[in-house]
Amino acid sequence: MRYLPLTPDDRRAMLAKIGASDIDGLFRDVPGPALAPLSAFNLPDTQGEMEVERTLSKLAAKNIAAGAAPFFCGAGAYKHHVPASVDHLIQRSEFLTSYTPYQPEIAQGTLQYLFEFQSQVALLTGMEVANASLYDGSTATAEAVLMAQRVTKRGKAILSGGLHPHYAETVETVAGLFGPMVRGAVTPGEAEDLASLIDDETACVVVQSPDVFGLIRNLRPIAEAAHAKGALLIAVVTEVVSLGLLEPPGAQGADIVAAEGQSIGNGLNFGGPYVGLFATREKFLRQMPGRLCGETVDAEGRRGYVLTLSTREQHIRREKATSNICTNSGLCTLAFTIHLSLLGEEGLTRLARINHAKAVALADRLSKLPGVEVMTPAFFNELTIRLPKPAAPIVEALAGKGVVAGVPASRLFSRQTGIENLLILAATETNTDDDFAALAKVLQEVL
Amino acid sequence: MSMNNQGRPSGAGEVGNTGMATISGDRGLDHEEALIFELGHGAVGVDLPDVKVGDEKLGGMRRNGGIGLPGLSEPEVVRHYVRLSRMNYAIDSGLYPLGSCTMKHNPRLNEKMARLPGFGDLHPLAPQSVTQGALELISQLMTWLTTLTGMPAVAMSPKAGAHGELCGLLAIRAAIAARGETRPRILVPESAHGTNPATAAFAGFTVDEVPAKLNGHVDAEALKAKLGPDVAAIMLTNPNTCGLFEGEVKEIADAVHAAGAYFYCDGANFNAIAGKVRPGDLGVDAMHINLHKTFSTPHGGGGPGAGPVVLSERLAPFAPVPLLVADGKGLRLIEDVQAAPQGAKPFGRMCAFHGQMGMFVRALTYMLSHGRDGVRQASEDAVLSANYILASLKDVMSAPFGDGPCMHEALFDDSFLDGTGVTTLDFAKAMIDEGYHPMTMYFPLVVHGAMLIEPTESESKESLDRFIHVLRSLATEAREKKTARFAGAPRLAPRRRLDETAAARKPVLRWKPDPLKAAAE
Repeated sequence: MRYLPLTPDDRRAMLAKIGASDIDGLFRDVPGPALAPLSAFNLPDTQGEMEVERTLSKLAAKNIAAGAAPFFCGAGAYKHHVPASVDHLIQRSEFLTSYTPYQPEIAQGTLQYLFEFQSQVALLTGMEVANASLYDGSTATAEAVLMAQRVTKRGKAILSGGLHPHYAETVETVAGLFGPMVRGAVTPGEAEDLASLIDDETACVVVQSPDVFGLIRNLRPIAEAAHAKGALLIAVVTEVVSLGLLEPPGAQGADIVAAEGQSIGNGLNFGGPYVGLFATREKFLRQMPGRLCGETVDAEGRRGYVLTLSTREQHIRREKATSNICTNSGLCTLAFTIHLSLLGEEGLTRLARINHAKAVALADRLSKLPGVEVMTPAFFNELTIRLPKPAAPIVEALAGKGVVAGVPASRLFSRQTGIENLLILAATETNTDDDFAALAKVLQEVL
Repeated sequence: MSMNNQGRPSGAGEVGNTGMATISGDRGLDHEEALIFELGHGAVGVDLPDVKVGDEKLGGMRRNGGIGLPGLSEPEVVRHYVRLSRMNYAIDSGLYPLGSCTMKHNPRLNEKMARLPGFGDLHPLAPQSVTQGALELISQLMTWLTTLTGMPAVAMSPKAGAHGELCGLLAIRAAIAARGETRPRILVPESAHGTNPATAAFAGFTVDEVPAKLNGHVDAEALKAKLGPDVAAIMLTNPNTCGLFEGEVKEIADAVHAAGAYFYCDGANFNAIAGKVRPGDLGVDAMHINLHKTFSTPHGGGGPGAGPVVLSERLAPFAPVPLLVADGKGLRLIEDVQAAPQGAKPFGRMCAFHGQMGMFVRALTYMLSHGRDGVRQASEDAVLSANYILASLKDVMSAPFGDGPCMHEALFDDSFLDGTGVTTLDFAKAMIDEGYHPMTMYFPLVVHGAMLIEPTESESKESLDRFIHVLRSLATEAREKKTARFAGAPRLAPRRRLDETAAARKPVLRWKPDPLKAAAE
């Protein structure tokens, strides 16, 4: 087996040094009947690199990659161009094959990029501090609600109807153990009334902008309503490129920002691994979940970085920790940081404007089709249309014609009535005019 | 740009204690590197057109003012991150003996496969008819995981070990609720990883610690005495965090089941027994598998991981969505709790989408490459190597639990350093100067000054012998009170010991623009 360096001679010599007659002598604490023979495992034997590559390539070829067709899926995961240098750099052995930086003297590379990442996330979101990442946007949102419950010592959370349903379900599964979870009305293309749901028992209001239908929300009035009752505003961002063009949540009164960072630096990967961004105000620092990297000096006075405030974390505080998280999204944060460094201020703002322009062009094109209505009056790079018939079969039919047309709202809101005809589409810098023409053409054919 | 001043405020003349001072402050291949924010100068590292957009469709929410991001060209960005990478230790550059972390070789074929466009560029909500290959891959991986563990079901979506623990405990919670019972208490051995008690609290339980015996095993009698109608589950790591197999595991499981509770097994150390022992044969009800440990998806400086949870017959109905089912047309994901098939009662959802697909591809690639025989051989080699280290060091370092055998990691305590003035921390930091990453220190908590060494199956005998020689020499010097190389170590790393107290007392967690410089501009 090509990955195992020990030879049969090595193994014999090592057993002799140990004083064991055979390998199972080292497994003597395992009760005899529990030692299974190889034949107990109905699985294939070792294969060479070429055979394995063949098997996996066949599986991969059965899927339609986003880059292989006119492609319009969004709803929490976005197809963006990632510069070649990003993937090259994150595959450097020293990044790819290192552990969590618990020995800072020989992990300054990881620690410094985490410090840069935290700085970038704080700037982008307009918040004071950010952590070194959580698993993804949905789990970051759940952690935000748990944190709000700790900070306010209240249980109730109000979840906007425009929050991605997967996010809402993730929040309910975890934070629902500690208080009631109230969902706002689902109102595609308009903001629902959330203020009237906030009361003196409310820990937080969770609002996504742009929301799952693509609508840009104004968070300020909700922040005011929440703060008036002593509740926190949690702002959720699933398309982080939007922060290159839109007012950041920090400037609109958000107390915690939970975001999905996949759009910068990370591929679609069929849903994971992604990278959860988490930012808040300095006064809540000690209630934050996750790792934090901080600046310090070494014994010679040179600047360096360490993991810090770990008394919040499970490996010190155990059952009193602010989160149970251990492994986070290290390498995805690096991809995010490198891509954002390549973009810089100018690149990110240009990228955001291009995305918006593409979505405007898509909306224009679709609104000219008979029977199609654009539902989203204000959007970044994603919008919802109403079709004259149910969207799910249309999306399947279009996939058969080589166009991946978007996400039917019914796939996300399966219990909601009245949304069967809604289709959520995203357009990014990767879409061309040909893509728009192809979509319009096949859509017209099936309508 | 005086970048070196950013990193070396004490000046080039005082740097290091071997050899001459340099003019640049850099030392050969050892470059200092400023923060990306200090290097920016208004350049751009991507070529994108400058498109103007109107306000009509922005709902009055256009950003006022800048973000504050630095601007650099591509060569500058590449050099910056290459230089940072050179300040890191990595498995690819040396033996990485972190106990309980499993730093084994990361095959590059796994990386290549994860980047096939059909996986890496696949949208999670693309129509299921065009993602059948991805669903088939998940299904194959599920077969590997259930077969290796001897368990009937597996929940794939948890994103790391601790997330898997949470998934397992929420399934247990749901199963107890379905029986119309309330059981608020979880038993956790004091040797457990910190995520165990943290997860139990997260899942709404109270934590009751079970002591360890002097031989490093959980005290089965104490554990049984704590069982009662208010106990929901035990969380037991096996092999445990002392690197020992809990031989009484079956009796413990039987007692737990007789008390109406569930057995959660922390599978962090599954890499010692994969292909040898099926946890399903030991009475386990739920166990997470760290794909980033046992199945070698790279640790990446702290993630991403993946933590699928195998489930017993009793817990399987409560697995969270998404569920993967086969029907006449192929494989299908059930994404809504309400749409669950007959008999399934999903407790909810762990995360958006379907789990860590990128890690699934890597793990399946690892499994297909190894095969069942290679997986078994890897476990045996990991255990053999750890025992070889134990046998080769036990006369100069102190092994608290006698002569072994151990499983995949060898545990030492600090009693061999008594009276030397050298601490576990000093000893570990001296290893850095010798070119090694230290072992896990001060964990597990049940041993004083613990040093936990996990060599994995990826080291040759020559590599192990060299490591053993270095540790024997260090231990001998320490015991001879030749302490010079320990106090203040490391000296030859990119940094000396860092002031962690200062970092926590006055946290600096982000770069901020220099107000004087900003005003001048």
